[in-house]
Amino acid sequence: MNKVIERSMIVPNMHVLVVEAPEIATKVRPGQFVIVRGAEEGERIPLSIADYDPEKGTITIVFMEVGASTSVLAGLNAGDEVPTCVGPLGNETVIDTFGNVLLIGGCYGIGSLYPVAKALKAKGNKVSIVLEARSSYLIYWLDKYVPLADRIYTITRDGSMGTKGHISRLPDVIHGMREKPDRIIVNGCTYLMAHTSEVTRDLAIPTVVNLNPIMIDGTGMCGVCRVTVGGQMKFACVDGPEFNGHDIDWKEFLARRKAYLREESLFFRRSDAAFAHKEGKCAWHE
Amino acid sequence: MNDDKTQEKTSKIDLNRRAMPHQSPKIRRNNFEEVALGYTQELAEAEASRCLQCKKPRCQTGCPVGIDIPAFIGCVKKGDFAAGIKKLKEKNCLPAISGRVCPQESQCESKCILLNKGGEIAIGRIERFLADWEAAQGKIDLPEKAKPTGKKVAIVGSGPAGLTVAGDLIMLGHEVTIFEALHKAGGVLVYGIPEFRLPKAIVARELDYLKMLGVKVFTDFVVGKTRSIDELLQEFDAVFVGTGAGLPWFMDIPGENLNGVYSANEYLTRMNLMKGYLAPKAATPVKKHLKVAVVGGGNVAMDSARTALRMGAAESHIVYRRSHKELPARAEEAENAEEEGVIFDVLTLPLAYIGDENGWIKEIECLKMELGEPDASGRRTPVEVPGSNFRMPIDAVVVAIGNSPNPLVPQTTPGLDTTKRGTLVADPETGRTTRDKVWAGGDIVTGAATVILAMGAGRKAANAIHEYLTTGKQ
Repeated sequence: MNKVIERSMIVPNMHVLVVEAPEIATKVRPGQFVIVRGAEEGERIPLSIADYDPEKGTITIVFMEVGASTSVLAGLNAGDEVPTCVGPLGNETVIDTFGNVLLIGGCYGIGSLYPVAKALKAKGNKVSIVLEARSSYLIYWLDKYVPLADRIYTITRDGSMGTKGHISRLPDVIHGMREKPDRIIVNGCTYLMAHTSEVTRDLAIPTVVNLNPIMIDGTGMCGVCRVTVGGQMKFACVDGPEFNGHDIDWKEFLARRKAYLREESLFFRRSDAAFAHKEGKCAWHE
Repeated sequence: MNDDKTQEKTSKIDLNRRAMPHQSPKIRRNNFEEVALGYTQELAEAEASRCLQCKKPRCQTGCPVGIDIPAFIGCVKKGDFAAGIKKLKEKNCLPAISGRVCPQESQCESKCILLNKGGEIAIGRIERFLADWEAAQGKIDLPEKAKPTGKKVAIVGSGPAGLTVAGDLIMLGHEVTIFEALHKAGGVLVYGIPEFRLPKAIVARELDYLKMLGVKVFTDFVVGKTRSIDELLQEFDAVFVGTGAGLPWFMDIPGENLNGVYSANEYLTRMNLMKGYLAPKAATPVKKHLKVAVVGGGNVAMDSARTALRMGAAESHIVYRRSHKELPARAEEAENAEEEGVIFDVLTLPLAYIGDENGWIKEIECLKMELGEPDASGRRTPVEVPGSNFRMPIDAVVVAIGNSPNPLVPQTTPGLDTTKRGTLVADPETGRTTRDKVWAGGDIVTGAATVILAMGAGRKAANAIHEYLTTGKQ
């Protein structure tokens, strides 16, 4: 049982959840995740950790409401309890002195990149960030990134902020940069990570993705998070969640990610918000 | 009364092994309630009365935890159930579980002197009767514990190995704390073995018993992540690692990552632990599959095939590369599956899984096999029949061919040596690992095995830990 300190909708359909988890807060490193269960008789879902405060003993999660389980979480309020919040799971993001690092975030990934940005900055890297969304009103946490990032770029589908289009416009952004990035780290929906990897392969920039497959235990038991990396079967929970984006079989990963899409939306009929989102290319709603 | 064996009228020895009432196959294949209903008092007494009370009981030598079998059966014979359960619990703190899932036919019952005459005593059924009888009394007599030693033991994993260590050490006066990664304690007993074979209320009951004895249980706590073994050692005098099953094995054939191809761990965990079998009441998404194939022939394969039927599959197949005779599952489980309508495609080897345009499985390419010479395990080796390829249309596949040990603790504990197979190196007699003050047992040491073997390993480790805590000798 973990107490909810705060739960609020930060932009439409996207929620910030702060829970009391003192052990996790002292242990967590950038790029790790927790497994959360919102209801006693429900599923276990992996969610990336977007911030943490060891002194207060809290962790922060940013998640999108996409189905039954996340809708339960979205209904929580301060003082409520989450039946399960376990972690920190997965391997941490490799933080080293790379030089110029370009972070690319979309969806919940705008949140989960925040600890990565902080750690890279502290390690002496020059950090730039691309925030990608359907429209300007879906971009959040700009205020948190301003003090960290050398440059902040935005790409919006409707052109309401920054470059108009989607992530395939990334080369334009990179060409506009003074120095080519030495490393790219992408967090967000599968579509964003897959397409970024496609684009950066041609640009020959090392690209790290933080995968978000379906998981159950998150500790190397159930095997549902398997992914083909460089022709080999890997398990995102214990071998990842970070992998070289250029080595991933994205077609397979996308199909696996969507395995329960229909069941999720059946549970979710009561809200139209998720369906409004389907205009975008987010993997959940294609 | 249903008789397993025809009664030998000429002999004075009663060879009528009393059958246990079951839900009928047609009904039970549609529900998740327990298949076997347990002995009535009359049946238990009648079965116990057949026991010859051997002077040198061979049954006891077949028990990994060394239960005094003739003694507890003798109590049942006399109708003194309270004494029977007490005797049983001297060596086994989880009798309701082992009475249900132990492979007695290859352990205690296989040693019974009456086996050759065709009427071995149904030891497991009597054990189960006693445990259920005690629970039905509504009050449980707590045995007297040894006086507190002030020593603290951490147990990592709450499966059968960990629970046994906990039960033994708490009785010996030590402080015991269990850390469980999942949200419910019980390990494979709750995430793996389905409700219809081992009701979760029974696991909960055994856990409550341990808690009444003073065992502390923390769920949602991943040792190796939330806290390391080294950190635990700062607070505890000894650590037992019983983290059990790890990543599922696949066959490295094409199409294993298609949607609709599950590992048995995933399939069973989704249905059991995450309560998929209660969907849509439970918010766990599950798929409706009409035709399911389970690859493998062990107990986990049987559990998966029978779960598939209960989830509404019209056809549930076991695809196994050897013949019926070599099935590693308990005979009783294979029979139960067959009665319920599971189709056995034996001598069949999957070669590839073929998907549709959306990445969902639609067919399995298989090859027929025939039996050749016996291999190292004594089982006849399956040999491919050239040109016998065929395709089986299917909605889902559950791969139940075993798993490697859980990688988290070995990965995060320096100095804890592993074998090539990823299991922890541990002394088979004591469970002692290559790290000071750390013992291990169960699947993490042996690789995938049975509940009772894990309990046996737990017993040995508990003895060794107790010795260390009281004498300082490791």
